[in-house]
Order: sequence, then structure tokens, then C-alpha cells
Amino acid sequence: MRPELGHFALILAMLLAGLQAFFGIAGPALNRDRWVSATMSAVAGQLVMVATAFGCLIMSFVDFDFSVRYVAENSNSALPLFYRIAALWGAHEGSLLLWILLLAGWTAVVALATQRLPRRFVARVLGVLGFLSFGFLLFTLVTSNPFLRLEPPAPDGVDLNPLLQDPGLAFHPPVLYTGYVGLAVAFSFACAAMLEGKTDSSWARWARPWATAAWAFLTWGITAGSWWSYYTLGWGGYWAWDPVENASFMPWLIGTALIHSLAVTDKRGLFKSWTLLLSLLGFSLSLIGTFLVRSGVTVSVHSFAADPTRGTAILIFLVIAIGAALALYAWRAPTLRSNAGFELTARESFLLFNNILLVIAAATVFGGTLAPLIAEALGQGALSVGPPYFNPTFLLPILPLLALLSIGIHAGWKRGHLGDHTRAILVTLGIAVALALAVILGVYGGRHFLTVVGLSLGGWIILSSLIDPIDRLRRHLSFPRSILGMSLAHIGLGIAVIAISILEPFTVERDIALGSGESAQVGNYDFKLIGTRQVEGPNYTAIRAEVLVSRHGRTVTTLFPEDREYWVRREAESKAGMKNEYGTDLKVALGDDLGAGRWSMRVQVRPMITLLWLGPVLMALGGFCALTDRRYRVARAAESVPIGASAPPGAAKEHAA
Amino acid sequence: MTNSASVRTHTTGPRGSAARAKTAAQTGAEPATAQAAAAAPTAQAPPPAAKPRLGRFVIPLAVFAAIAIVLGIGILNSRSVGVIQSPLIGKRAPAWSLPLLDQSGRTFGSKDLAGKWYVLNFWGSWCFACKDEHQELLTLSRSTSVPIIGVDWRDEDADARNFLAALGNPYATVATDHDGRVVVDWGVYGAPESFLVNPQGVVVFKQIGPITPEIWNKEFASRLPAALADHKS
Repeated sequence: MRPELGHFALILAMLLAGLQAFFGIAGPALNRDRWVSATMSAVAGQLVMVATAFGCLIMSFVDFDFSVRYVAENSNSALPLFYRIAALWGAHEGSLLLWILLLAGWTAVVALATQRLPRRFVARVLGVLGFLSFGFLLFTLVTSNPFLRLEPPAPDGVDLNPLLQDPGLAFHPPVLYTGYVGLAVAFSFACAAMLEGKTDSSWARWARPWATAAWAFLTWGITAGSWWSYYTLGWGGYWAWDPVENASFMPWLIGTALIHSLAVTDKRGLFKSWTLLLSLLGFSLSLIGTFLVRSGVTVSVHSFAADPTRGTAILIFLVIAIGAALALYAWRAPTLRSNAGFELTARESFLLFNNILLVIAAATVFGGTLAPLIAEALGQGALSVGPPYFNPTFLLPILPLLALLSIGIHAGWKRGHLGDHTRAILVTLGIAVALALAVILGVYGGRHFLTVVGLSLGGWIILSSLIDPIDRLRRHLSFPRSILGMSLAHIGLGIAVIAISILEPFTVERDIALGSGESAQVGNYDFKLIGTRQVEGPNYTAIRAEVLVSRHGRTVTTLFPEDREYWVRREAESKAGMKNEYGTDLKVALGDDLGAGRWSMRVQVRPMITLLWLGPVLMALGGFCALTDRRYRVARAAESVPIGASAPPGAAKEHAA
Repeated sequence: MTNSASVRTHTTGPRGSAARAKTAAQTGAEPATAQAAAAAPTAQAPPPAAKPRLGRFVIPLAVFAAIAIVLGIGILNSRSVGVIQSPLIGKRAPAWSLPLLDQSGRTFGSKDLAGKWYVLNFWGSWCFACKDEHQELLTLSRSTSVPIIGVDWRDEDADARNFLAALGNPYATVATDHDGRVVVDWGVYGAPESFLVNPQGVVVFKQIGPITPEIWNKEFASRLPAALADHKS
């Protein structure tokens, strides 16, 4: 009964989303005031229905209802409650339902938080969101219904994929999807503005906090994914330029460009058509990412079960949604005018370069991701594109971007007045280069030109970002949260750049074979195998090794890598033993039993990797911090239209919790 | 074959990058013009007399159309990937020999099947799709004369026996592959997967996923001599 209730709720949700789209778009166009009001009701109804469906599926997992096919395929009677809940989004159907729930949630938050904006504009925004929601619900119901029954019911489930039995599953997808879906809000604001034919830049002011929130979630979600793949999935690195990683990275790059370009459109009324386009591109790329993950056209560690029917359905939806938005853009954008100029050294030009470079970076990633598909489409056979392509081509636009950031951060709007800051720019650069050289020559040794460049740029960004906040504090000037957020995010970027600069050249990874009592040196550390024994987990058995790590004769830690066999799915999984020492990761993964007590193992030493997580976390925090800025908290009575109050503080955060 | 593939792959390099460069140039077009406006600081943007040019604003739509076409072709290709093909097709099947499920301690393998048509079906009691397929296999075992040989892999023997006891046994013979060695030789990466092997020991067809009546008629029966494909009775 419960699965049928969920199924029915999902159908109702789809109908309501359809109504929301119709009333929201047709109401303002045909001047029907009651239709505009009906849009809001549809939003509420849709959220209730989607939440009901979601709740039904959760309860089916919690209650071990193996008559539901999706539950039987993704859980097991031995699976702990925590993973039974997270298992909901462990495969295609459920993760789609999560996506839909988050979209409905964002929509409701938008409806609640935009009460000061013109009602018709809000109705249009909700209408566009309703259209997107309708598309996803239709797709789910037709090709990916999670409520299908098994006849007869399975006696037990086949268990959740062991790779996913990790706390990372509970956090990474929801946060990442919150970011992905959040970009739909900026997309909808842009579409609404174009439908309305507004040529001023007020929409940009309204859309700005939403774009920032989506960007912050996306930053957080990608970092969580990278952290998860590195720590628990044991895929080796933190970033592999996998098609699906790229699918999340491209919207992030465009989102980053968007939040900068929105600032210009908001403050100076410039780049209007460009900002519109970026708003559309951000979500379009998250849709294309969805397509890449779920259609099976690309081979990836993340791919859900490949199904061309699903691929075709997403492609049709993608063409309708993105095609309509871009057609609208081609029609409306020519009417947009910018009526302000700025000097070459003004903040506007630096942000313009920021945008160009970020879009080029996104385009190189996009090209590399699609190249295998294009080669195949042209009948040129299989083509594999990996780090040898991505690493250098990505650096080309990114290095100048980092350098321009450290200069541009001092530039004022309209007229740069950079001359006043020449000393600060040169002094920070000098200190950063000196520190970089000292670190390389003093701590790590060796000649690494790119590392020195990276460390200098990272340090320069951090120092440059500190100047304005310090100046404000010293002179007791106002220090708005938006400035604090911006500084935090830039410092985070600098930290991430430093981390990558050290990680890339100084990571040591080696395969060794040890018998009990033997040891081997990797990097500056000694790894000694004490012994192995058999242990029992809740749904697996494992061999656990004890490895003593020491440096220069001093014991650092003991690691316990495991080789697990999950008995329900009969899958083996290696659980690495890991310890972080002063930001450096020491990691041992158990390989094969070589007999006679000898084991092969993979040992990794990754210096400064903690900074790699710290950097993006600061960036995301910066984004959230900017959201709590006064202008969004306090309703300001402004010129013609009331502005601000678009996002109450923490609205987005509550939503994620 | 590998050689020619790599040569062909090589030729895409320049083309691919040219296409990328073009996309980058096109997407960059808008800010480039804005930059021109930036260079003339005092200009009040475009002169009011200038007609709004539709041209460059259509570019994103055009680029997207091209991308959508590529994605569409990707879908078409991925659909055919499911059907093409194991590299084993047209080649001699890997020799194999495995213990029987019946606890007799005997082994069974390719030698015992020499000179016969047979269907080799990889399954497991842990596999859901196998349960779906089972009914069809039972029907087939009654209607055709081709022996269906089951390879039960990564399974407990007791589970497998219970499975067959509960649902019926369509197999002429069931062998067990506990550590998946034969599975690897045959390039199986899921269950169920089935191979059609001819009397010369050559793999004629591989089915990934459950056999359905349509698939049986279209892919298996059509390749079999009529006498075997039709029902025995």
C-alpha cells in the first residue's frame, strides 16, 4: 500500500508541477491575477506531494520492504539504518527523486523569500521552475519509477553497493544536488526576466543571492565528493577528470563566472546580456551533466546503470528546456543596452577577464569531456581524454586568472585608481614569491618551476585578500559580510592553489610487498608490517593488517588497513588505513595475499592534502557568509522597486539540513 | 586492428581541438565586444542608432544545437554498444572445466560439449534479473532441443540448489565457478549473460541481460538449425 501511495503522490506532484508551470507562465502573460495566485498554491501542493513520495520510499527502506524492487536491489536485512536511509539515493531512481525533492524545496524557499518582489515576476520564476520540475517528474514516472513492485517479493535484498556504504554517501549527493538544483533558480530568474522583457538589471539584483547560495553548495558538494573518493573509495587521487567529475566542475566554473558577473550587472548595470547567458549556461551544464551520468553515453566510475531509453528521455527534456531558454535569449538579448563606461583598470575590466578566463576554462573541460563522443559521432573510433589533456589546457586560462585576481582585487569600480595600490601589489607579490622559494628550497628541495609559480600565486592571492579587511578594521570602517565573504572565498582559493602546488609534485605512491616484521621506506616514512588477523563486521568479514609507521626512528602511528568481503553481494573491498600527520596523509591499502604471511600493499604519502579540503570549505563558507549580508537581511525601501530580502539568512542552509 | 584504430583516433586530435577552439571563440564573442566597449571608456555603450543585431545572440543556440546532435549520436551509438559485441564473437570459445553443482565431485566443461550447439548461461542465486529470466529458460528448456548449460558463479552451492529447487531447473547441466575464473575468461561482468556456441566451439552470439522470448526468437533461434530451434515434441 505504501509504495502505491508514494507512486500516486508522485503522479499528483507531476500534475501540480504542470499547473504551476502553466499558471506561472500564462498568468502574467494573459493578465490573469488569479492564475498568478494559483501558482503559489501549486508550489505548496507540489512540495507536499513530493515529500510524501520521498517519505514513502524512505519508510520502505527503513521497514525492509523487499517487495519494492528498488529497495530489494539497494539494501539488505543486515544493512544498518543509517545506510538504509542513504541507500535511497544510492542508485538512479532514488537519486532522481532526491533531485526532485530538492527542486521542490528550492522552489518553495523562492516562493517564501520573494514576497517583496513584483508578484508577476515571481510567478514567472515559479512557472519556469515548475516546468523543470514537471520534466523531471515525468521522466521519473515514465522511465525510472522507484515504486515498482517485485512479484513475488524478494526474501532479502541484494544489499547496497559496498562502495557506497560510507558516510560520504549520506552527504555528498544531497549537497551536490542542492547546488546543481540551486542553479535552476538563477536560470529561472533569467528566463522570467526575458519573458517579462525587462531591460533593466533589477533581476540580477534579485537573482544574486540565489546564485551565490547555489555556488556555495556546489563548492561544498564537489569538495565532499573529492574528499569521499579520496578517503574511502580509494580511487587514488582527489580529482581524475572523470566525465562525471567534469560534469559537476563545469557548472561550478560557470557559476563562479556568474556570481562575479552578477556583481557587475547589479552594481553597474553592465554585462547584462552576458550575465543572462551565464545564468542559462550554469543550469544547462548541470542538465547536460545529468545526461552524461545517467544515459550511459560516457564511461565513468559514477555512471548509473546505462539505459539508452533514459538517455533519450533526458535528451528530449534537455533540448526542450535549454533550447527554449536559448531561443528566448536570442530573441530578448538584442534589446538589452548597457549605458555606462569604465576604465581599463577598473574593477569591471578585471571581472570581465575573470569571466572570459573562467568560460574558456569551462570550454576546455567541456571539449575534453565531449571529445570521445564527438570522435565517435564522426566515426573516428574510441578516443580517451585524460589528465595529459586536462592538466595543461586547464592551467592556461587559470594561471592568468589567479594573477589578475591579486591585482584586480584592489581596483575600484568605474575608475581603477590602481596607481594608489602599486606598492601593496608589489609588496604582496614580493613576499609571496620569497615565501614560495623558501618553502621549496627549505622544506621540499628540488627545482619545481610550476610549484614555485603556484605557491607564489596562492600566497599572493591570500595576502592581497587580507589587505582590504585589515585596512577596514584598522580604520574602523564598515566591514559588511559581503566583503568578509568575498575575502574568505578568495583566501580559500589561495589555500587550495597552494595545496595543489605541493600535492602534485611531492606525492609519493608506491606498491610494496611486506612479510610480518619487515619494513620499507616510502617518502620520509618507514612502514612496518606487524601482522594480520581475521575480523568480523556486521555484513562482512575482513583481513586486518597492522602497519607501524615511523619517521627517523620515532613512531608516528599504527595503521589498520582491511581487505573486506561483503557476504551478501560477495564483493571484496579494500578499506585503507589512514592517518593525517600535520596535514600530510599517510595511507596504506592492502592488496593481495602473497602467501606465507606476505602481503602486497599500496603506500601513499600526500603532503598538505588537508589544505586541499580547507581551501574549498573556506570558499563555500565565504559564499554563505555573503548571503548573510545586511542588504539581504534588512528590507530596504529603495527607489521604485523594493529590493533585498531575497534570501533570509540561513534559508538555504536550513533547507539543506 | 588495434593499430588502425589508434591511427584513426589520431586523426581526430586536430579536428577535435579545432572544434573546441571554435566553441571557445564563440562563447567568448560576447565579452570580447564588451571589452571593446571597455577600451573606449567614455563611450555611452553602443550608439543608439545601431539596430539590435540578432546575429551573435543566436550563437549560443546554434552551439547548443550542435552539442545536442553530438549527444543524440552518442545515445544512438551507446544503444548499439549493448548489442555489439563481445570480442569472443566469431572466435573459438575459451576452454573451460568446472565442478558440477550436484555434489558428485565430477567436473564438466567444453570437452563434454564438443560437436554440439549449446547455450552457456551465467547466473547466480543472488541475481535479480536471473530470477526474471528463469521462467523463460524453463519454457525454453521444454520447447527447444539446445542444451542450456548453467554456470553458477560467485555463489554458495546451497543457495543455488535452493534456488533451483524452488523455481525449477531449466539447465541440462549446472557447473559452479566459485572464484570467477571462467567468468573472467568469457568476459562476463554481470548476470545473467548468455553465449550461443556452435558445434565447432565458436561463439556465435552473446546476450547481456535476461533472455526474453523476442530475443530468443530474433537472436538465438535464427542462428540455430531449424530442427534444434523448434520444439522437441
